[in-house]
Amino acid sequence: MRPSPARLLNILVPVKRAVDYSVKIRVNPQQTGIDTNVKHSMNPFDEIAVEEAIRMRERLPPGTVKHIKAISIGPPKALDVLRTALAVGADSAAHVALPENAPAPEPLAIAKTLASYINIQNSDPAKVEKDGKVDVVILGKQAIDDDLGVTGQMLAGLLGWGQATFASKVEVDVGKNEVVVTREIDGGAEEVRCRLPVVITTDLRLNEPRYASLPNIMKAKKKPVEKLSPSDLGIDYTPQLTTLRVTEPPKRVGGGKVGSVEELVERLKDAGITGV
Amino acid sequence: MLRAKATTTSRALLPARHQLLKRLRTNRTLRTSAVRLNGGGAPFDPKAIERAEDEVDVCIVGGGPAGLSAAIRLKQLEREKGNEIRVVVLEKGSEIGSHVLSGAVIEPRALDELLPEWRSMADHPLTQPATSSKMLFLTKNMSLPIPHPPQMGNKGNYIVSLSQFTRWLAQVAENEYGVEIYPGFAGAQLLLSDTADATDNWGRRVRSVRGVVTNEVGLTKEFRMKGSFEPGMAFRAKVTLLAEGAHGSLAKQAIQHYDLRREAEPQTYAIGLKEVWRVDPSQYKAGTVQHFLGWPLDSQTYGGGWVYHMDDGLVSLGLVVALDYKNPYMSPYRELQKMKHHPFFRALLEGGERVGYGARALTEGGYQSLPKLAFPGGALLGCSAGVVNIAKIKGTHNAMKSGMLAAESAWEAVQKKNAEAAEAEAEEGAEEKPTDMTGYDTAFHNSWVRDDLYEVRNLRPSFGTQLGIWGGIIYSGIDSLLLKGRVPWTFKHHRPANAADAMTDGTSSLDSSLTERAEKHTPIEYPPFEPPLSTDLMTSVALTGTNHAEDQPVHLRVVKTRDFVRATQGLNGDGATVNAAVGAGVGAVRAEAEVGAATEADVEEERRRREEHVRVNVGEYAGLLERACPAGVYEYVDVEGEGSSEGTWNGKKLVINSQNCIHCKLCDIKVPTQDITWTVPEGSGGPKYTVT
Repeated sequence: MRPSPARLLNILVPVKRAVDYSVKIRVNPQQTGIDTNVKHSMNPFDEIAVEEAIRMRERLPPGTVKHIKAISIGPPKALDVLRTALAVGADSAAHVALPENAPAPEPLAIAKTLASYINIQNSDPAKVEKDGKVDVVILGKQAIDDDLGVTGQMLAGLLGWGQATFASKVEVDVGKNEVVVTREIDGGAEEVRCRLPVVITTDLRLNEPRYASLPNIMKAKKKPVEKLSPSDLGIDYTPQLTTLRVTEPPKRVGGGKVGSVEELVERLKDAGITGV
Repeated sequence: MLRAKATTTSRALLPARHQLLKRLRTNRTLRTSAVRLNGGGAPFDPKAIERAEDEVDVCIVGGGPAGLSAAIRLKQLEREKGNEIRVVVLEKGSEIGSHVLSGAVIEPRALDELLPEWRSMADHPLTQPATSSKMLFLTKNMSLPIPHPPQMGNKGNYIVSLSQFTRWLAQVAENEYGVEIYPGFAGAQLLLSDTADATDNWGRRVRSVRGVVTNEVGLTKEFRMKGSFEPGMAFRAKVTLLAEGAHGSLAKQAIQHYDLRREAEPQTYAIGLKEVWRVDPSQYKAGTVQHFLGWPLDSQTYGGGWVYHMDDGLVSLGLVVALDYKNPYMSPYRELQKMKHHPFFRALLEGGERVGYGARALTEGGYQSLPKLAFPGGALLGCSAGVVNIAKIKGTHNAMKSGMLAAESAWEAVQKKNAEAAEAEAEEGAEEKPTDMTGYDTAFHNSWVRDDLYEVRNLRPSFGTQLGIWGGIIYSGIDSLLLKGRVPWTFKHHRPANAADAMTDGTSSLDSSLTERAEKHTPIEYPPFEPPLSTDLMTSVALTGTNHAEDQPVHLRVVKTRDFVRATQGLNGDGATVNAAVGAGVGAVRAEAEVGAATEADVEEERRRREEHVRVNVGEYAGLLERACPAGVYEYVDVEGEGSSEGTWNGKKLVINSQNCIHCKLCDIKVPTQDITWTVPEGSGGPKYTVT
């Protein structure tokens, strides 16, 4: 007789609606940010996170992963991204709705929102009874439109949980109540062992996300999406940082051609480069 | 209502032989075949896969103005008459509007009929009225105002980004009317009935269209299944409306299968290359509409430029070049860049920033080139039929109206079908009769769309004589100003000098046969690029945002459409083999041969076809596609050493960089050998236009 798992996993996957990866990003005319009148889609690192959550469900014994919820904080259109997550395999979704033209929320505000959401979930006896406490938060390491890469770490700090960032491999041991994560670092890989609950941020090599098939997209329309407002969670989204100016990097200046090695050495000397 | 596999009802409809084959292959399902995550596993076997299926009332292929207008109109009828109707729109772009590109100045006539209250709707994009309309004749250094046909006047019209307009229309369709829109899913094949259960326009017994199958995902270039393989989904629809725009891929197959062009002139096309600039405020004058003739095109090439000042400081500009151009050394892209060197454009674009680039083929054939619009089970909408009014240089109003008319016919057809189904409940196993959309064809020809196109029908052909654009200008001036098309004659489109060369078989394009051999022309010396005013092709292509997932079958098939349709619909020989990889390269066909879907002869034929393509295109036309494609997809490269197995000729082979494709369809239309068949890639691929 197989002993029942010590703990059933409840996974939360925050996802962001970011500028699509194939769009050429441009600075807006006012030089206050980027032109957002372009195609948006789910942040690719978040796609990897959703995929990892689903693979955890497939790898572990059936029933171990109790619930996978996707959550997004953003304007009404963020719902599209949540529907994609539902189509790929998440069970339910939550949308913290910000007004259409509000400034983009800052990572600290996002982390506070997620922490608040998790604390509310974990302290509600009915929800804990149904799905268990949130054990694993898995999200992308950074968003590709702002490249800030701090939300996961801030969230772990606010919750007081362990964090395993830049994950390229995740192994969950539910019996021992821990995960072993291989992290990508400069110069190689590092293995860390973390007790649950844990915050994991995904790196590119973790997996290759699956396609959302059309039948699943159609089924996803019927899955529940919880709607929340900032006041439900008690978060203030007023930006704490002021962006002074955004400009494109300086255009590359053309190089020059040299005719011989001697000329090259002359030019290098003129530029102040000396031999060692 | 979703079914995971064929139910007993439809199994009974399969002919006995097909059922036997299905049973034999049941152990060859997706799960048991060896599928690896990388490098692909078992070859794709079109007969062994099981598709998810769904039933809808109307399936619309193409989320552009025509398709969305049809969807909205159907839902309006649902509201008026009370009978529910399920409408699904499939769009190959990653979102609605991603593949939409046009000038555009639109006439709101159809919008006024469809949504009379549009002015009070939030966020509608018709915010910039056209305030003027001028025509200029360009020489190398000067721009001379000339009179323009009255049809070009712009009172009451609006300058918009058609991509944004379509996005708004989709939002209305989804949120206000409950239309189901699925971007990222392309209509890849027509679902035909199993038996010849219908009679076409010419009295022949044919198989009817029963719906659409979306594209397969997760195949490698060599047609093997990856770990992420998902077969396309089959939408069984009572009515299938094809609204794919100019030279649509399914429309082309329908036209070929049902010989819809038998009594019509062939379609003729142009390529529109467009850029969107944010100009210096001193150059910006909202609402300006300008059209250009003359330089840089020569007197034998039909086409011209445009400049429209849109809302919000943006300017749309571009060049339209008719695809019956004779000189294979011409590059429409280089012509556009050259045009921007004219003093008029230099001044306009000084201090500006380019924010968009793209290209798309458009129809020019007009009234004479309208095919039969209805086929058993479906119809052609918008520019899939060809509704651009070339005098006005507008077609959106006609496309939308055609969508509305098709919707009204489709509604009637669906109601009739439902009534028949209720009666025939007693007849077990009988396949329902296909729907009849010929009412739409009649309604179209009784509508203002027909009058709109009829009035200007002789203008474009008048440019096809030896007098080139001068003959055209003179005739068009008289016809459009004085006669307004009220003449007893209708010109045909001009044919090549050697009549036998004219390609009028319904799928080959007439335009391609008008290309002359390279030996009759000299290479054109284009001026070097002057960034940021004019740039090289790859810099421009980067602005389209185009991308396709790596390692998927090449969607530009080197095979004539006629043969493509036969091979993929299993109409070759005994109908047993379905070579889905035809035209995708020797490696792909070889994989299909492994599962008996193709023969060794097919593999050899594939290689021979490539060789022939290179021989004619490089040998006689100096590699036309290399210069013509606005996205740099085609290259004829030197082959080292022995030569590849892919079909080389004289040390050259064809390389198709299909990842760059911006879905303009020029190659399918212009290639002199007419052996490029444009098919849909995996959904969501292609450009990501937002302001075009």
